[in-house]
Amino acid sequence: MSSSLLSFLVRRSAAAALLILIVLSLTFFFIHLAPGDPTLVLQDPRLTAEQREAMRSAYGLDRPLAAQYLSWLRAVVFDADWGISYVHSRPVTEVIGEYALPTLLLAAAGLLVQFGVGLLAGVTAARHAGTSRDYLIRLTAMVLYSLPVFWTGLMALLLFSYNWSLFPPGHLQAVDAASLSPMGRTLDVLHHLALPALVLGLAAAGGTARFTRNSLLEELGEDYIRTARAKGLSESRIVWIHALRNAAAPILQLFGLSLPLLLSGALVVEVVFSWPGLGRLTFDSILSRDYPVVLATTALTGVLVVVGNLLVDLLHGVTDPRVRQ
Amino acid sequence: MNTDRASSSRLIRSPLSRLGLAIAVVLSVLAIGAPALAPHAPYEQLDPAAGRFLPPLSSRVVLPLREGGWLLADSARVTDSGVVVQRLGRTETLPLDRFTGISEDGGVSRQFFPLGTDKYGRDLWSRLLYGARVSLLIGLLAAGLSLTLGIAVGGVAALAGGWIDGLLMRLVDGLLMFPRLFLVLVIAAMFDIDLLAVILVLGGTSWMAASRLVRAEILSLRGRDFVVAARGIGLHPVRIFWRHLLPNALPPVLIDTTLRIGDLILIEAALSFLGFGVQPPIPSWGNMVADGASNLTTAWWVAAFPGIAICLAVVAFNLLGDGLRDSLDPRLDETLPC
Repeated sequence: MSSSLLSFLVRRSAAAALLILIVLSLTFFFIHLAPGDPTLVLQDPRLTAEQREAMRSAYGLDRPLAAQYLSWLRAVVFDADWGISYVHSRPVTEVIGEYALPTLLLAAAGLLVQFGVGLLAGVTAARHAGTSRDYLIRLTAMVLYSLPVFWTGLMALLLFSYNWSLFPPGHLQAVDAASLSPMGRTLDVLHHLALPALVLGLAAAGGTARFTRNSLLEELGEDYIRTARAKGLSESRIVWIHALRNAAAPILQLFGLSLPLLLSGALVVEVVFSWPGLGRLTFDSILSRDYPVVLATTALTGVLVVVGNLLVDLLHGVTDPRVRQ
Repeated sequence: MNTDRASSSRLIRSPLSRLGLAIAVVLSVLAIGAPALAPHAPYEQLDPAAGRFLPPLSSRVVLPLREGGWLLADSARVTDSGVVVQRLGRTETLPLDRFTGISEDGGVSRQFFPLGTDKYGRDLWSRLLYGARVSLLIGLLAAGLSLTLGIAVGGVAALAGGWIDGLLMRLVDGLLMFPRLFLVLVIAAMFDIDLLAVILVLGGTSWMAASRLVRAEILSLRGRDFVVAARGIGLHPVRIFWRHLLPNALPPVLIDTTLRIGDLILIEAALSFLGFGVQPPIPSWGNMVADGASNLTTAWWVAAFPGIAICLAVVAFNLLGDGLRDSLDPRLDETLPC
């Protein structure tokens, strides 16, 4: 079983790597063909034409696009060298390393909210299907996933930061974070994390609740549930242990599918909350035509989604023994 | 025919989808009727000095100036010496001939600003109505484009089969895997953005789910008796596709497209909010929120109302799509929401 698992992993990873490479190549040409170039967008407007040319040749931007593409591809594939950021003037990998952690933190907290709230609400709705409670949860869920995340973020900032000062207005940590104790710094980051994570997670929780409800309702109509009821098991044991375990496969699938959505949402949330993550870095880098950074963040988001989906497939094997064969 | 009637009556019976239909109709009427319904043009700056950041439900006396434009005043009355105007915290007397449209008996008109005004003194309600045209139109046209592309790709994949099918479907898998906003932003950066470019970018990045659906439907229809019969009497494959396969494959795809409209309105809003979509001064709900974001603490209403409009529109199309889907097949209700 472990060798078949290994070959499965290798096959899936190879296919994913190829796919990411194709998307990256497309991105490469898109972003290089976009109007504007880094010397115009981000540098001093008083630079002379000669100085600009010198910069372009230093960046290697004066060469034919195909040549640029090939040398970029060679560096990435063979040396894992993603180049130097035009804006940060440091290796791209170094910049990315700095911005990846806050995004992982935000995404993890967002997922926690999404699946915590979503599962609870979905199970509650399914247990009381057809009642007013069910309708209320379904309507709330629909409103939640119909809300624009950037707007929810702004309104949350307005109410909870500016009006009531309960949470800090964005950023990863307080300005004086360096002077805090390790414990204090952790609490400070969590305090900063709470609002963006809630905004991101609640938006996605709507879809999760709806999906959980429908999957669970399907299971609750099955014969083995009637058997469990006939055995006299408590209703909450039937729902949480028996039915939910069988509904776990599609919900896990939803987890994998919701990763791209979550990262898109994270981009917007990061911009609204000035959160120093990959989404915000991508956004800023597109604006300043920092090509190497855009390509690297695109690759990394692709990798995050692929890894998430591989994990889902593995977990699927854990929850459902039939898949293992 | 019978099933058509049954499903449409079921759609109308479901209270939530009726609500969705009602909201969608009202929003569409407001959007289409914007020129007649909006008290002002969306770009009209009513007295930027006294008219900026008026809170919702405020009202002002509007005095049309002879040289064009308006003066907004808390109150104004016509006396023998001129018009006594109270504005910006002081009282001044201005000559009557600076204004037009003040009636002989000294009547001045008061105007009501239901949603307030923005930082340029533009009426927010009027901008919201004109913004509805932009946001809804982009949503509908982009959904139409994604439907067309979905039918094309899905149709080719299903009919060609073999390696073409494999290639196209792997491409779809891959594109679905990437966070859409990242792709959309990179592509949007390529264009000098106008409305058409926004529609092309959004439609061009959202056809993947539709193509899967079209492919699956056609594959399941292909072995059915009526298709086999059509092939048997020697109909041309293109004719079979247009006359027999596509019409029967379409209902679930159209429902998916209805649900996609809400999705596309959301993405357009996010794109415009980030500055890569509809460009000011053309109002779209997304860039209106962006406009209000910089003055959130002084004037919350500028960002708040367009967001509510976005949510209403998206809820409407989602409810409508859900209702249609339930009426077609209640069991489809558990399709993944992505």
